[in-house]
Amino acid sequence: MAYDKFNTLTSTAVPLPLENVDTDQIIPARFLKATERKGFGDNLFRDWRYNADDTPKENFVLNNPVYSGKILVGGKNFGSGSSREHAAWAVYDYGFRCVVSSFFADIFKNNCLNIGVLPVQVSAEFSEQIFDAIYKDANTEIEVNLPEQTITIKSTGAQESFDINSYKKDNMLNGFDDIDYLQNIKGDIETFANGLML
Amino acid sequence: MSKSLFDKVWDSHVVRKIEGGPDVFFIDRHFIHEVTSPVAFLGLKNRGLSVLYPERTFATADHNTPTINQHLPVEDPLSANQLKALEDNSNEYGISHWGLGHKKNGIVHVVGPENGITFPGATIVCGDSHTSTHGAFGAIAFGIGTSEVEMVLSTQCIMQPKPKKMRINVNGQLGKGVTPKDVALYIISKLTTSGATGYFVEYAGDVFENMTMEGRMTVCNLSIEMGARGGMIAPDETTFEYLKDKPLSPKGEAWDKAVAHWKTLKTEEGATFDKELTFSASDIEPMITYGTNPGMGIGISNNIPNADAVEGGVATYKKSLDYMGYEENDSMLGKKIDYVFLGSCTNGRIEDFRAFASIVKGKQKADHVTAWLVPGSHEVEDKIKEEGILDIITEAGFVLRQPGCSACLAMNDDKVPAGKYAVSTSNRNFEGRQGPGSRTLLASPLVAAAAAVTGVVTDPRDLL
Repeated sequence: MAYDKFNTLTSTAVPLPLENVDTDQIIPARFLKATERKGFGDNLFRDWRYNADDTPKENFVLNNPVYSGKILVGGKNFGSGSSREHAAWAVYDYGFRCVVSSFFADIFKNNCLNIGVLPVQVSAEFSEQIFDAIYKDANTEIEVNLPEQTITIKSTGAQESFDINSYKKDNMLNGFDDIDYLQNIKGDIETFANGLML
Repeated sequence: MSKSLFDKVWDSHVVRKIEGGPDVFFIDRHFIHEVTSPVAFLGLKNRGLSVLYPERTFATADHNTPTINQHLPVEDPLSANQLKALEDNSNEYGISHWGLGHKKNGIVHVVGPENGITFPGATIVCGDSHTSTHGAFGAIAFGIGTSEVEMVLSTQCIMQPKPKKMRINVNGQLGKGVTPKDVALYIISKLTTSGATGYFVEYAGDVFENMTMEGRMTVCNLSIEMGARGGMIAPDETTFEYLKDKPLSPKGEAWDKAVAHWKTLKTEEGATFDKELTFSASDIEPMITYGTNPGMGIGISNNIPNADAVEGGVATYKKSLDYMGYEENDSMLGKKIDYVFLGSCTNGRIEDFRAFASIVKGKQKADHVTAWLVPGSHEVEDKIKEEGILDIITEAGFVLRQPGCSACLAMNDDKVPAGKYAVSTSNRNFEGRQGPGSRTLLASPLVAAAAAVTGVVTDPRDLL
């Protein structure tokens, strides 16, 4: 699934300082019944965002008009639990292009990278600085620079660099994905498969 | 250099290494189900790609399927649509499909091993995080996203950096009433849900060596709940005995050749791990969770920890207890429960039903408890009948349902109502996991059985 190229993103951010946010919260299982990849953003954080009668829960951050932007800042161990890629789709479909956390669950991180959402892992201290800055001023802009691998809080100038696999970085910068790569080495794959016992 | 079991299996499946990037990793067996595959097939079609090795992919319907009246059309149109998509896609690309009503239908991680699709040294993926189950056979097995499902269909490979290695040793004798589920919940409670993130785990020590294949599957199944990509156990005679004569296991000379190879799949003396942990079997008692992630578990006779004693955010911890309606320092024993769920890819195997029956035999289900007993496959269902377990549970007032994932993730009608408490043998107690507002207590089949007959959280050792 090819996606938009990612280069540098400067945006305000939405704070969600909870730990262990699992993918069942990001998109509950009952919304996984689609056979096409669309509309998942409407149900992002469904049960935290809406009451049982579908009225919005006022105290949930996505319902607070003060906070908006293309960057979601989550707590530690973001995206744990189910491997459902729908969680990453919901994040993307809602309008986020980047998730920041001090620690990501593996499969969620991989899924994000595969669909064009950049997961940026920062130190616990820097994560706190981001939350502080946003709570001080919701209009605080965060700059995520993929080529330089840096994240900057514009109001304070605080900056940290982040890791990303160089292959995945190239993919994100160019908007192509693993299937493009794998298609080009099919000959190697077939030779390998022919040598297997089972 | 000495190699670990994980190194041996991983390294033998690398088609190509990318400098500074992931490995091109070959997949021997690919399981698909109705929920995470339709968009992958759509992707294939949009790109005009075919399935490279359809004989290496196996489809079963499980996440969405009803657990009663499976002979009737599926009522939920969205579920029916996904089931139809799986069938159509399987037929179109020549993939074997065990849909609803097929005698081999059941939960993907139950039917794979039962049929000998899973084997030692294999690399196995599925768009489901509990694919880690198959590691019980000495395979590298893990969950993937839908984009990766599309990759495997079209190229039989994924792009994956090699994870770090962790070894978890548990030695000694497990006490009365302590099951493999308790061993796993104990380890997760020690590591937290992120303690093994970035690692692939090998379980070692006599507790695992003495465990049945069913028990090993339960342990490996829960590896993902500590954040690990997967867990594995070296294959041995127990493994070979389990696989011998399974429908798709190698036969005759091919079997002998395979076993000879499988016997080499052990961690060598001197192999190194990035992290190594050791626990003592005698420290483990029947476990139960009190919170909203699988790491929030305690020995059943202990009290819920005080927030100050818990690692991590106090606010998140308190939110979790608030959701569950529990207080710090509460005892779990005696807490009223409303639902009991026996089943899932964690505990829906025959041994789990035997354990459940051992407790409920000669007793009666508590009146106020709704119990869903859901076998993992038709084969399990058949054994329940053959072994007389059906008679025992029926006499105790329980009803046996039909196979599927059921209330583990409540994508079908088996939903625990808001505010109600369920003792579940499944794998996740996340908020709303078993239905919006539901409250889940994870436990072993023995603990579930004890709760089902007393109506409250009960130490199963008192009933054995």
